[in-house]
Amino acid sequence: MSEYILVMKNITKEFPGVVALSDVTFKVRKGEIHALVGENGAGKSTLMNVLSGIYPYGTYSGEIIFKGAECRFRNIRDSEAAGIAIIHQELALNPFMTIAENIFLGNERARNGVINWDETNREAAGLMKRVGLNEKHTTQVKNIGVGKQQLVEIAKALGKNCELLILDEPTAALNDDDSDHLLRLLQTLNREHGLTCILISHKLHEVIKIAHSITVLRDGKTIETLDNSVPVSENRIIRGMVGRELTDRFPKRTPKIGDVGFEIRDWVVYDPLDEERIIIDHVNLYVRKGEIVGLAGLMGAGRTELAMSVFGRAYGKKISGTLIKDGKEITLHNISQAIENGIAYVTEDRKTAGLIHIQDIKRNITLANLKAITNRYVINEDEEILIGKDYRDRFNIKSTSVFQKVGNLSGGNQQKVVLSKWIFAAPDVLILDEPTRGIDVGAKYEIYKIILQLADAGKCIIMISSELPEILGITDRLYIINEGRVVGEMKTSEATQEEIMSIIIRSSAGR
Amino acid sequence: MNRFRDFLNRSLRQYGMIIALVAIMIFFGFMTGGRLIWPRNISALIRQNAYVLILAIGMMFCILTGGNVDLSVGSLVALVSAMSGLTLARLGLPSWLAIILSLLTGLLSGIWQGFWIAYVKVPPFIATLSGMLIFRGINNIILDGQTLPLSGLYVTVGTGSVPDIIPNTVPDFLRIGDLLQLQNKPEYLNATMLVTGLILSVIYVIVVIFSRQSKKRLGYEVQPLRLVIAKVIAFFIAINLFSYWLAMDDGLPIMLILLVVLYGIYNFIANRTVLGRHIYAMGGNIKAAELSGVNTRKIMFLVYSNMGLLAGVAGIVTAGRLMAASPNVGVSFELDAIGACFIGGASAYGGVGTIWGAVIGAFIMGVMNNGMSIMGLDVFLQSVAKGMVVLLAVAFDMYSKSKSRLG
Repeated sequence: MSEYILVMKNITKEFPGVVALSDVTFKVRKGEIHALVGENGAGKSTLMNVLSGIYPYGTYSGEIIFKGAECRFRNIRDSEAAGIAIIHQELALNPFMTIAENIFLGNERARNGVINWDETNREAAGLMKRVGLNEKHTTQVKNIGVGKQQLVEIAKALGKNCELLILDEPTAALNDDDSDHLLRLLQTLNREHGLTCILISHKLHEVIKIAHSITVLRDGKTIETLDNSVPVSENRIIRGMVGRELTDRFPKRTPKIGDVGFEIRDWVVYDPLDEERIIIDHVNLYVRKGEIVGLAGLMGAGRTELAMSVFGRAYGKKISGTLIKDGKEITLHNISQAIENGIAYVTEDRKTAGLIHIQDIKRNITLANLKAITNRYVINEDEEILIGKDYRDRFNIKSTSVFQKVGNLSGGNQQKVVLSKWIFAAPDVLILDEPTRGIDVGAKYEIYKIILQLADAGKCIIMISSELPEILGITDRLYIINEGRVVGEMKTSEATQEEIMSIIIRSSAGR
Repeated sequence: MNRFRDFLNRSLRQYGMIIALVAIMIFFGFMTGGRLIWPRNISALIRQNAYVLILAIGMMFCILTGGNVDLSVGSLVALVSAMSGLTLARLGLPSWLAIILSLLTGLLSGIWQGFWIAYVKVPPFIATLSGMLIFRGINNIILDGQTLPLSGLYVTVGTGSVPDIIPNTVPDFLRIGDLLQLQNKPEYLNATMLVTGLILSVIYVIVVIFSRQSKKRLGYEVQPLRLVIAKVIAFFIAINLFSYWLAMDDGLPIMLILLVVLYGIYNFIANRTVLGRHIYAMGGNIKAAELSGVNTRKIMFLVYSNMGLLAGVAGIVTAGRLMAASPNVGVSFELDAIGACFIGGASAYGGVGTIWGAVIGAFIMGVMNNGMSIMGLDVFLQSVAKGMVVLLAVAFDMYSKSKSRLG
């Protein structure tokens, strides 16, 4: 464990107007799991893109030494040939191909361009066993869950005989069980096969659990490398990441709760693809003005489906039930009616459904409420700029100007744009679906502050989150959802993580 | 040095298309011994290529929704021209009524396609491919292989100019044509055109100044004064030079008025209306747009209905210029329009592109069409050249995008 398999020396990478990496040095020992942590925009992904050849030699300055030799990768094929594999946050699988085909995609077992299916299937089965993937190799990837897809990616990397595996936020989209399985698999591969791993993660407890060393990046610079053979504390890492000690991860407030502002009664939704299958089963819940209500539950419990079906039937078939806002029943046939009635839904899927990446900040903010800047069908673009600036200042959206395309912002700042959009739509009821997913600690705190401000302004807030500490940290009351039903309701001050989990497990067993 | 290159890069991206247009004009001007830019030829260029511009404006909206195209517009031009022949030549209706009926034909055809695309979810490529066959077929059924003569308003729109109502008292010093000793020396200058150009350019200057002042007063951001002055002067000179050029021929083509009005309307829709915003949003990310309350079905329906209407306009203009309804008019017009949009900077994935870009793209197409015809280039070679230009335009776009990509 002393020899370095990878040394990245004095790496500097600039984009027009931005220095993404400045003189970064990063060393990984052979056979270790090395975690790379830092806030969004700290330069983790950029560093890994330099390493894997996505940014080819010559577009950065500095040296990469892998297995003792200097490397000048021109593209991903070069780095893969050297034994480096990267698994991106967004999985790169073809959903319509089988598991076996995906494992060997780009690395086909073939002679003269003709695929040897026997060899493909045999080796695929072997790799699947190694990663603990219990499926048929002929199953199409679209039919397996995200957790298993992640395993297919790892099998794919192993199929390339990689010696250094880079995982970018591998557990961001996984539930606790799948995360555990994945982390244990990494440990096994590391211990038994000597696979060296670089793990990028925002989930510090995971990092502490499995990493041997931890390197912290901040603002494109290496801050420190911590030895984790004796586990370090989360606060110790956070101090390195944000440059200060975060004493409170959740902002404090004294809630001012009013009358019931929004109520869902007897809500039933069926699967749009299979109209016999019930997805939401007679759900009843209410939110008071100024109250933050959490929806806790496992992934796939139906929380997103509930939220979207309420939001102008954006999901589901054969929807029935009643929505009551300010004591009056409302009927919402489509999304624009929902918005007109003061309901907003902030999607969990920021990248593919929350933003228009090729448009700038101001246009994204005004999209859901163009009426507010429109005078007799004509959009007032000057006012739009002022509105964009206002939100940019208020929420501290780090950007060159309101004319910057949102695709170039970091995750936390993108989320602030999404929130700005929905706040500008002036809703009374805000449904926030995983509002802090994939966002670093510092930005999370800012997002929480925005949510609390909204509640204090008398809005009804429904917050869906898979991170229980977050639900316990900022909501006033919470519902526990499992298998499309409300299985519990409690005041947050009286709830514990253990209690919530046991309610979920008991309700699953009771069916 | 670095800052200079930065500046050059930025202005290249912003004015790149105009620079390309000017370069192509100079190239063909040179290759044709100056004939391309003769006044007579400039007004011919406008009349002959108006259809590209009209169709490109409609096509730009289709492309903006997500890289969708309308393959049927060439056939629709033919169908509209056949309708004109039917109503005017065969049924003997007055030409204004024939024009209205023909426009209606275009609009209804667009609605027909919009219905299948938006509400039955037939992919646009396939729906309009079938439209291409259907409309061409109906044209042939109506005309039965014959060519019918057109007259009246059709010819006025297709070939006419605004009559010179101001007595011709142009002072000698304005007759630069004499000084330059152009071969087909213009006999006189169209004073109406000159005055119109002058009035328009003055109105332009006043509007710019006033809107800048009112913006300043309301606390909005304004462009730096020097830049504005440079732009105003450049436009002022360009408008007047252009009108002077047309004045040396037969003055203001009615077609040009039509084009300017169409450009004004659709540019306004694209940039300043909620509908325009929704179209761009949909092309940028359809899921995000839908979750923000954008009714994407309605947009598809409107965009394709509008394409039908504009194909109707293009059909009338084309039939009027040819003074006839013919069975094989409009062949491959759809490709000219699609090509113009991509030359003009539209993204093949949607969400990016401007009406201004469509106009410039259409002019580049037009200059190439005319220039190569004047050079007497073989028709098939012309086709090769046009194909290469479309390919290179998109390739250049992709290249400059990959250069400017942020991590």
